[in-house]
Amino acid sequence: MDTPKVPVAIVGPGHIGTDLLVKLQRSDVLDLRYVAGIVESEGLTRAREAGVEASAGGVDWLLEQDPLPRIVFEATSAKAHAANAPRYEAAGIRAVDLTPAHLGPMVCPAVNGEDHLDAVNVSMITCGGQATIPMVAAVSRVTKVPYAEIVASISSRSAGPGTRANIDEFTHTTGGAVAEVGGADRGKAIIVLNPVEPPMIMRDTVYCMIGADADRTAITTSVHEMVLRVQEYVPGYTLRAEPQFDEPTDEWGGHARVAVFLEVKGNGDHLPPYAGNLDIMTAAAARTGELMARAELGALA
Amino acid sequence: MTKPALRNDVRIIDTTLRDGSHAMAHRFTETQVRDTVRALDAAGIEWIEVSHGDGVGGSSFNYGFSGTDEMTLIAAAREEARQARIAVLLVPGIGTVDDLERAHDAGAEMVRVATHCTEADVSPQHFAAARELGMETVGFLMMAHRTHPADLAKQARIMVDAGCECPYVTDSAGALLMHEAKARFEALLDEVGDEALVGYHGHQNLSMGVANSVIAYETGVRSIDGSLCALGAGSGNSPTEVLAAVFDRLGIDAGVDPGLLLDAAEDVVRPYLNRWPKMDRNAIVQGWAGVYSSFLLHAERAAERYKVPAHDILRRCGELGYVGGQEDMIIDVAITLAAERDEA
Repeated sequence: MDTPKVPVAIVGPGHIGTDLLVKLQRSDVLDLRYVAGIVESEGLTRAREAGVEASAGGVDWLLEQDPLPRIVFEATSAKAHAANAPRYEAAGIRAVDLTPAHLGPMVCPAVNGEDHLDAVNVSMITCGGQATIPMVAAVSRVTKVPYAEIVASISSRSAGPGTRANIDEFTHTTGGAVAEVGGADRGKAIIVLNPVEPPMIMRDTVYCMIGADADRTAITTSVHEMVLRVQEYVPGYTLRAEPQFDEPTDEWGGHARVAVFLEVKGNGDHLPPYAGNLDIMTAAAARTGELMARAELGALA
Repeated sequence: MTKPALRNDVRIIDTTLRDGSHAMAHRFTETQVRDTVRALDAAGIEWIEVSHGDGVGGSSFNYGFSGTDEMTLIAAAREEARQARIAVLLVPGIGTVDDLERAHDAGAEMVRVATHCTEADVSPQHFAAARELGMETVGFLMMAHRTHPADLAKQARIMVDAGCECPYVTDSAGALLMHEAKARFEALLDEVGDEALVGYHGHQNLSMGVANSVIAYETGVRSIDGSLCALGAGSGNSPTEVLAAVFDRLGIDAGVDPGLLLDAAEDVVRPYLNRWPKMDRNAIVQGWAGVYSSFLLHAERAAERYKVPAHDILRRCGELGYVGGQEDMIIDVAITLAAERDEA
C-alpha cells in the first residue's frame, strides 16, 4: 500500500516553479496535483507533460478544485503573493512563499524547519539567506556571534528582473535573517552579480565575529555537521576549504573571525547547475513543505 | 534627463577621500578629511567625493571597517566646503537607499551609483531615490574594459533612462589603453550625449589615467575624476594636480588653480599617506590582467596570511573574471594557491 501523501499545488509556473515541480514530483510525502498560472505558458505545458493538472485560470481556478491542495508553493511575485495569501488562508490552505513578500515567519529548513510546522504561511527568505544562514547558525550555536556578514556571488544569468529591480530587498531581508534566524546579534548581507562566461556557480562567504577564546574545534565540527544537514536537500552544497580563523585585531574590536567559503551547485533539475542560488530556494521550499506535510500526516495517524 | 550645466570647460570630480579610502584601508580621520576638503575647495574643485572606498554602507569584514563612521566624515566635509559640494559613492548590493538617505542628511548632494559594466539594471532603484532626494546623479559603469563599447553604451542608456545625469566610463582596473578608452567615450557620447554628460574615471595601473583624460576631453567627455597624489585603489587614480597642470597647458579651463592643487597634494595629503600608490608589480598586474584595483591591499594581506605571491593571487582573480565586490574570493584564491603549492 502506498504511503499517504498530502495534495499540494504550485502557483507561478516560471523557471522557479518548473524546477520546484521536478523536486516535488520526487517527494514521498507531497502529491503535486495542480499548477496554476495566469497565462498559457511553457511552464503550464511542461506541467501537463509531467502529468499534473495545469491551468491559466490562476488562483480562482485552483480554489475550485476538489480536493483542494493542503499546501501551496507560491513562486510568483511579492505583490501577487500578498494578494493571494488571504485567499489561501480563508480556504484553509497553507503557503510556502518563495517570493519576497515575507508575510510569515522566515524558515531555513536546516536551522528552524521544525519551529513553524503549524504556520499558515512561511517565507523562504532569500537565496543568499538559504545558503548562508545555516553556517551562521552553526557558529552561533557553539559560541556568541556579535556580528555576521555574508557575501553572495551569483551569475548574472541567474538574477531575474525582480531581483534586479529591488536589490535592496535582498540586502535588507538577508541581513535581517542572518541575525534573526542565524542567531547573530547583528547581520549584514552583500550580493554581487558576476557576468563571467561560462557562468560561475553560486558562491557564498560567511564571516562571523567570534570571541578571541572561542572554541575553534567546536566551531569547525559544528560547521561540518551543518553542511551535511543542508546536503540532505542540496547535494551540491559544499565547503571550498576548512573554516578559516583569523586572529583578533583592533579593527574588529578585539574579536577574532571565522570565515566559511561555500559553493552551491544546483541539482540541474530544470535550472542549470550554476544557478545554485535558485536551486537552494526550490530545494528549501520542497524540504519545508515536506516537513509541514509530515507533521500533518503524523497528526492524522 | 536634464544635462547638468558646466561651470567651466570641464568639471573635475576629486575622489581622494573616496577612492583614496582604499589606499588608506578605510581609516581616514575627521581631521584629514577636513584639511583635504579645505584645500580642494580653495583650489576651486566643484565636487568632492567622500565615503568608504566601496561606497556608503561599505564598512564590513569583506572590504574593511571604517575607522571613522563615513557619515561623520561626510558631515565634516560638508561643513568645510564653501563652494564645493559633496558626492558619495553607492554600490547596489553593498549600500542601500537607507545609506543614501543618511548620506544626504549628512550633506551629500550627488550620488555616484556604481554597477559592474553589464549590470546597470540594478541601479534604477537608487537613481530614483536620488532624484527624489533632489541629488545630482552619476552612474559608474565599473570595469569598463570588460565589455564592448556598443554594449557599454546600452548600459549607459539604462542608467540615463533611470535618472542618471552623467554615466561614466569607469576603468576600475586601469586596463583601458588609449584607443580602447576612446572607443568607449565615443559610444557613450553617441548614445546619451544629447541628454547627459559623459564621464571618465581612470586608474594609473598602466599609467594611462592622465593620457586617457586628455583623450576623453578631446572626444567630448566633460566630467573627469582625479585624486590628490593619485590616492586611490591599485596604483591610484589620475592625479588631480597633474590633470590640473595638463588641462592648463592645453588651455582648457577646469575652473581650478593648479598651484593650489599642487600645494594641496604636497602639503596636505602627502604627510598623511601610509603608502603612496605606485606602479609596482602588483598594481601593474592589475592593469595588465584587468583586475579590480581595490583588490590590491586585500591581495597583499592574503599573500602574507597564506604565504603566496600577491601578484599570483591577482592574476588568478583576473583569469576567473572576478568583479568589484568579490573581495572574499581573494582569500579563496589564496587558499587554493597555497594548496596547489603544498601539493606540488
